[in-house]
Amino acid sequence: MRVLREDGEDRQVRDDGGGGADVVIVGSGVVGAACAEALTRRGACVLVLDRGPLAAGTTACGEGDLLVSNKAPGPGLTLAQASLSRWPRLLAALREELGPGRAECEYEVKGGLAVATGEPEGAALCDFAAAQRAAGVDARELAPGEAAAYEPHLTPGVRAAVHYPQDAQLQPVLATTSLLAAVRARGGRIRTGVDVAGVETGRDGRAVGVRTSEGRIPCGAVVNACGPWAGEFAAAAGAPLPVLPRRGTVLVTAPLPHGTVRHKVYDAGYADTARSADPGLQVSAVVEATQAGTVLIGSSRQRCGFDGTLRAGVLRALARGAAQLFPVLGGVPVMRAYGGFRPYTPDHLPVVGEDPRRPGLWHATGHEGAGIGLAAATGELLAELWAGEPPHLDPEPFRVQRFAAARFGRENGWH
Amino acid sequence: MSAPSHIAAPLTAPPLVVVVGAGPAGARAALSAARCGARVALVDSGERIGGQYHRQPAVAGKAVAGGPDASAAHPLELAVATQPRIAHLPRTTVWALEPLPEPGPAPGRHLVHVQQGPADDRGRPVRTLAADALVLCTGAFDRALPFPGWELPGVVTAGAAQALARGQRTAVGGRVVVSGTGPFLLPVALALPEVGARVLGVYEAGNPARWLRSPAAALRDGGPGRVAELGSYAAGLARHRVPYRTRHAVVAAHGRDRVEAVTVARLDAGWHPVAGSEQRIGPVDAVCVGYGFTPQLELPLAAGCAVRGGHVAVDARQATTVPGVYAAGELTGVAGAPAAAAEGELAGLAAVADLADLADLADLAERPWAAEAAAHLAPPSPARLAAAASRVRSGRRFARALARAHPVPGGWRGWLREDTLVCRCEEVSYGELRDAVAARGADGMRALKLTCRAGLGACQGRVCGRNTAELAAALLGAPVADPHAMDRRPLAHPVRLGDLAEPPPID
Repeated sequence: MRVLREDGEDRQVRDDGGGGADVVIVGSGVVGAACAEALTRRGACVLVLDRGPLAAGTTACGEGDLLVSNKAPGPGLTLAQASLSRWPRLLAALREELGPGRAECEYEVKGGLAVATGEPEGAALCDFAAAQRAAGVDARELAPGEAAAYEPHLTPGVRAAVHYPQDAQLQPVLATTSLLAAVRARGGRIRTGVDVAGVETGRDGRAVGVRTSEGRIPCGAVVNACGPWAGEFAAAAGAPLPVLPRRGTVLVTAPLPHGTVRHKVYDAGYADTARSADPGLQVSAVVEATQAGTVLIGSSRQRCGFDGTLRAGVLRALARGAAQLFPVLGGVPVMRAYGGFRPYTPDHLPVVGEDPRRPGLWHATGHEGAGIGLAAATGELLAELWAGEPPHLDPEPFRVQRFAAARFGRENGWH
Repeated sequence: MSAPSHIAAPLTAPPLVVVVGAGPAGARAALSAARCGARVALVDSGERIGGQYHRQPAVAGKAVAGGPDASAAHPLELAVATQPRIAHLPRTTVWALEPLPEPGPAPGRHLVHVQQGPADDRGRPVRTLAADALVLCTGAFDRALPFPGWELPGVVTAGAAQALARGQRTAVGGRVVVSGTGPFLLPVALALPEVGARVLGVYEAGNPARWLRSPAAALRDGGPGRVAELGSYAAGLARHRVPYRTRHAVVAAHGRDRVEAVTVARLDAGWHPVAGSEQRIGPVDAVCVGYGFTPQLELPLAAGCAVRGGHVAVDARQATTVPGVYAAGELTGVAGAPAAAAEGELAGLAAVADLADLADLADLAERPWAAEAAAHLAPPSPARLAAAASRVRSGRRFARALARAHPVPGGWRGWLREDTLVCRCEEVSYGELRDAVAARGADGMRALKLTCRAGLGACQGRVCGRNTAELAAALLGAPVADPHAMDRRPLAHPVRLGDLAEPPPID
């Protein structure tokens, strides 16, 4: 199969003998998988490489949130809205293609509930919701006392609450393996345990292959979908990117009776901590149940490099926040705690698109804590740009060029 | 999180050695460290010193019948109780281990987060111990292999049956079969008749005769004490008319609401059932299984210790790969209580010797506390350390010989059917596990558990983690990356959310 861009440029450099591909995607997390799915749907020959096992990084640490509720109006919200509407269509198509079993990923439109226990926080929450409504988000302010009808076990100390019916959840590793199953079914290849050391360039500076622990692999394009490790990969490829790890920790309780926690419920301060640039520890309560009955408790954010050491103080802060929102949880055993790293960018927007410093190198990273939710639209947007199709949303805010601006400093390779 | 102020504080005077686990290894480690001047906190989830081992007599068949002895303190317990520098913390679980951020004054310093009081109580007090050195003696638990019907009530581990018999003088059933591999099945089979059970058979899946037939090898590896112990087991089995068959195993359990019968098959050297050899044995009301032991690795892994061949890697003086952290007993290999005690003794001595060295190395002008801390210590002489290390060596030889004599070859995977559960907590079948690998492409333990849910339940992979890793490796045709992923439990023990929310006192 030949893949022609609409501008007529032939992107096919498939090298069947040497295992080459039109596109090598580095990273088998949900974003890499979504890019691979969208590219193979367009007929591209794709090779997904991961130095670790499949979907074992940030994707395996996520809660699987598909949220509009925590996004302020702007490009991030636009991408989230596009992605939230895209996910169910994508999953329906995968069910059609793979059969219901292999496409099952516990997708549920459970709705979000943002709550405030103080008066000023309540007023700020309602202002935030009003701005979101103006941007097309379904954000419904609840009357005092109405929150209890949504969440019977919620603390009576709630002063204001906003219901977001569009917020959804899925199981990230199931979603990723479903996407990759489709990639495989279309002839795409996935190889794990292969470390990509760098990008090879032709005389014109264009990416022509990747150097890996298993030798050189020729390709027409490389997608950097390395999540929090994307900064390292970009630097090795000669096109530095300000993507840094931002640590998060999650507590998991023993299974509770169905309906104990019904929505994704979070303290109104959550949207602020997510948007903060503070490298220090920030915690705001986020509580939600999974289909297995366990309750996931977040959310912490801290920039401490790739230090994965458990810090009991973080667990305590998470426990306190959750017990304040849901006093009933106080007696519930916490079974497990795990941590992961989110890919953070200074402006909290992902990087999606081709890098002008290294043509043929594409980025799909920097989604911070929203990668699961944003993956569907990210993969689609990247594939549209790659194929030269008109993009379904404005790609400008996500372009890597924005980091050339002085406020991101000179250390990122822009002169 | 910013560092609490005590983290920058110097070594405590005298330095605090936290020993986790009060079995033979931990109790010995506590004693040797305390006798060298360290303060010791000896933490154990049980009520009494001695761990699993001292629920049983050193020589089978003697003290088993003796009810009165059960409550009397044994010498190790007395020694610990009368050593003023040891604080024994019974019924205490470690729920997290937190390395102090570098640069700390001592590399082995950890915050040991514990919770005290009867398991399952609400409001168990939470405390934090600031350890200057850490000795991990958390032991091992029985390994159970899956087979059709192993989830039926009445199927228990050999260790559980023994604890019930020794600790509560209760038989796990009236008609019992024992299946597994290794000499540790024998005391279990002997404990059962003492509490009124009839043992229909002991099925040893391996063929240890090669080793046992060679008294010279057994003497070299185990010493005369162990030869005598094995001999006494054989005599006990004969006295109770318990059939003992090698190269046989329970490969299926049957029953509606609980186990009623089992299928026993003859195994070839790879543990594949020999076709046509299956025989049904029943009625039975209990099955005890034990295929060796799995070390409790969560705390060593939390401390960052390297694991080799399934056990914590230690040097000739029980030091792990993390400075200031030592491991002893079954974490490092299984050779029985005397070997574990010898390792504990050495670990306690080495911990104090290294703390004293640390104080010596410190720039005393900048760190006057170092001299003060060291002044409390009477570190062991090199000769004493060497003597303790030589006692450890014969135990290690025995552990290696035991492991060689009782391998667990992969033929057990052929006992499984499509619907056999591999994870009992989450009721994950072998078919679902295979689907996660084959259809979903999960090739690492993290993705595997999140794809099929094996290991996500109440036991957090303690029972199924190792079996799941081996099944996945067989399906993939290659070892899984990070086979110990399920042993990583940053939360080492469940804690109620409300208890976790409380800020703890630190001592």
